[in-house]
Amino acid sequence: MENIVFLILRRMRQPLLTLLVVYAVSILGLTLIPGRDADGDTWHMSIFHAFYFVSYMATTIGFGEIPHAFTEAQRVWVSLSLYASVIAWIYALGTILALVQDRTFQQALAENRFARHVRKMREPFHLVCGYGETGSALVKSLTRRGQHAVVIDIDEARTSMIQLQDLRESVPALHGDAAVTRHLQEAGLQHPACAGVVALTDDNEVNLKIAITTKLLSPKLKVICRADSHDIEANMASFGTDHIVDPFDTFATHLAVAFQAPCLYLLQRWLTGREGSSLSDPVYPPQNGHWIVCGYGRFGKAIYHRLRDEGIDVVVIEANPDVTGRPDGEFVAGRGTEAVTLEEAKIEDAAGLVAGTDDDANNLSIVMTARELNPEVFVVVRQNQHDNRDIIAAVEADMVMHPSAIIADKIRVLLATPMLYEFMSLALYQEDSWACELVSRVSALVHREVPHIREWSLLPEEAGVLHEYLARGLHFTVEDMLRDPWRREHRLKAIVLLIRRRNDRLLLPDAQTPLRAGDRLLVCGNRVAFTRMQWTVSHQHTLDYIRTGEDQPQGWIWRKLFARPRR
Amino acid sequence: MNPEKVVFGFFIVLALTLNFGFFIGEIENPDHHHVYELFAVVVVNMIATVLKFGDRSQMGALLLATSLVAMLQLVAAALVWMFAVHVYDVGLTPVIMASIVSLSGGAMLANVISVILLIIETIMLRR
Repeated sequence: MENIVFLILRRMRQPLLTLLVVYAVSILGLTLIPGRDADGDTWHMSIFHAFYFVSYMATTIGFGEIPHAFTEAQRVWVSLSLYASVIAWIYALGTILALVQDRTFQQALAENRFARHVRKMREPFHLVCGYGETGSALVKSLTRRGQHAVVIDIDEARTSMIQLQDLRESVPALHGDAAVTRHLQEAGLQHPACAGVVALTDDNEVNLKIAITTKLLSPKLKVICRADSHDIEANMASFGTDHIVDPFDTFATHLAVAFQAPCLYLLQRWLTGREGSSLSDPVYPPQNGHWIVCGYGRFGKAIYHRLRDEGIDVVVIEANPDVTGRPDGEFVAGRGTEAVTLEEAKIEDAAGLVAGTDDDANNLSIVMTARELNPEVFVVVRQNQHDNRDIIAAVEADMVMHPSAIIADKIRVLLATPMLYEFMSLALYQEDSWACELVSRVSALVHREVPHIREWSLLPEEAGVLHEYLARGLHFTVEDMLRDPWRREHRLKAIVLLIRRRNDRLLLPDAQTPLRAGDRLLVCGNRVAFTRMQWTVSHQHTLDYIRTGEDQPQGWIWRKLFARPRR
Repeated sequence: MNPEKVVFGFFIVLALTLNFGFFIGEIENPDHHHVYELFAVVVVNMIATVLKFGDRSQMGALLLATSLVAMLQLVAAALVWMFAVHVYDVGLTPVIMASIVSLSGGAMLANVISVILLIIETIMLRR
């Protein structure tokens, strides 16, 4: 605020001085010039009268000549000061109007409004730096879950887009450079309700700066960063950035999981899928032949190393090997868009093809050419531009790698349901048959859409009545939790995936596992199950019914009435 | 030499000297306190106040504060004068005159502080 006050005061100094001097000279002149009253006697205007006269004259309201008709000399003076004062007023008003339209002033105002808005936030929020494809996808899914976000982006077009998007929560957005510490502070970096910082800008250096600023000013905040190079990743990790998301490595890991445990990969896609998206089909990447990787950039390298670790032969096709470097294994120079190069890479015998260049048109061309030569080949295609979604979908690749979507999905899971991340890490140590069984259980819960996921703390805030019961030491099991409060013999369509109890983690707890106060549950299921469970945990009579199977009389009178026959 | 500082110092000192000129004399004698002097003091003080707008330093803020105090006192004095002479027609009785002059005396004190602050700032800059 003080910024704006000082800006106005500084700009208004000159016009105000002009106005002051014009008024003072006019008043002085009027009091000095002698007038004549009706009787012809000489009189002098008092300072008070002169001030009154000049006040209305300057604004050209004009109440006439008072207290007596003016002499010619007075009229000459009045006409001079009339023009002078009007010009002074126009000058002053013009300056104010110019100031209001000034870009710096507007920016200062907007920044101010933004900072005030953020200061007033009481519920936990995430600070998202960078509102490109990834940022907007992330903010959209966060707000859909009722979580709050604050956005900074350097591009004004993007921040003003937030008002046009139909987001469920109001999201304050600042147009500014996130590398500037002041902007981060205004966006609530040191706000007690700030839950985490997500750095998603296109610029690695800016992300690094955001991470280090956060770790210095608010060390307790969770920082999630996007990084496209291993140098930057190592740098970020060196000062304790909580999560570093590299879309290429992440996808390469997914591919490796799909190789080793197709069910686990499917489970992962279902559970981490965006709310409302449909269930995806399982993929089985073939291992009965060599793979061709087109493009040996960051993505190509990540895939290449993963495939080699899986013991698969890889042929790399790259147009500019001098820029990207050469792999140790088989290598073909070329773009891969022509049949010749693909044939040279033995496409006829290939099991899989990765179209991983940074140009969507080339990737599509590679896929089409390869399909002509070998219709059976397993295709992984990299999508670079969000707008190309439809044409990428049209080639019906077996796997699509879209960096923005991968980052957004991963960060959404980290922010909204961190326990799911933990669950997936634990699941990696299980057999694939375990995952297959879970997949069939999950598919029984839902129809076509991915299941809903929710974390539930058995604490007074989230589960008032149940927490009270558990704190008194009553027995309440996972099975009870999943009973339908309408008919307790029925089971809700939900699965408790994980229980976190202090340092213990109970993966897929069985039905008889008793719950304890303070447990944190990770539950997946359909929407109805969650609304009903909300009744169980927060409504005393529902909870009594779930536990005992009896509808306890609720009011005082009913309790008396029902108590009598039992005597 | 900074012309801005010259103008600034000029108005601050002028505000004090004019104020002193109005203030001096027998406190309840209207002959010793001319209305034009009061007018000049008010105008010069206003100019001095506006000149201090927008200065973000600690010293600037303090100078603005003292000027605002002086303005408050002087406007009060001018209002007393106006009401006595024009609104209630009681004229410049000794009581009225005394209150006008003492109000301007208060303003003078604020102006003295302004000048002292200006001197301090100058000395600190020269060092």
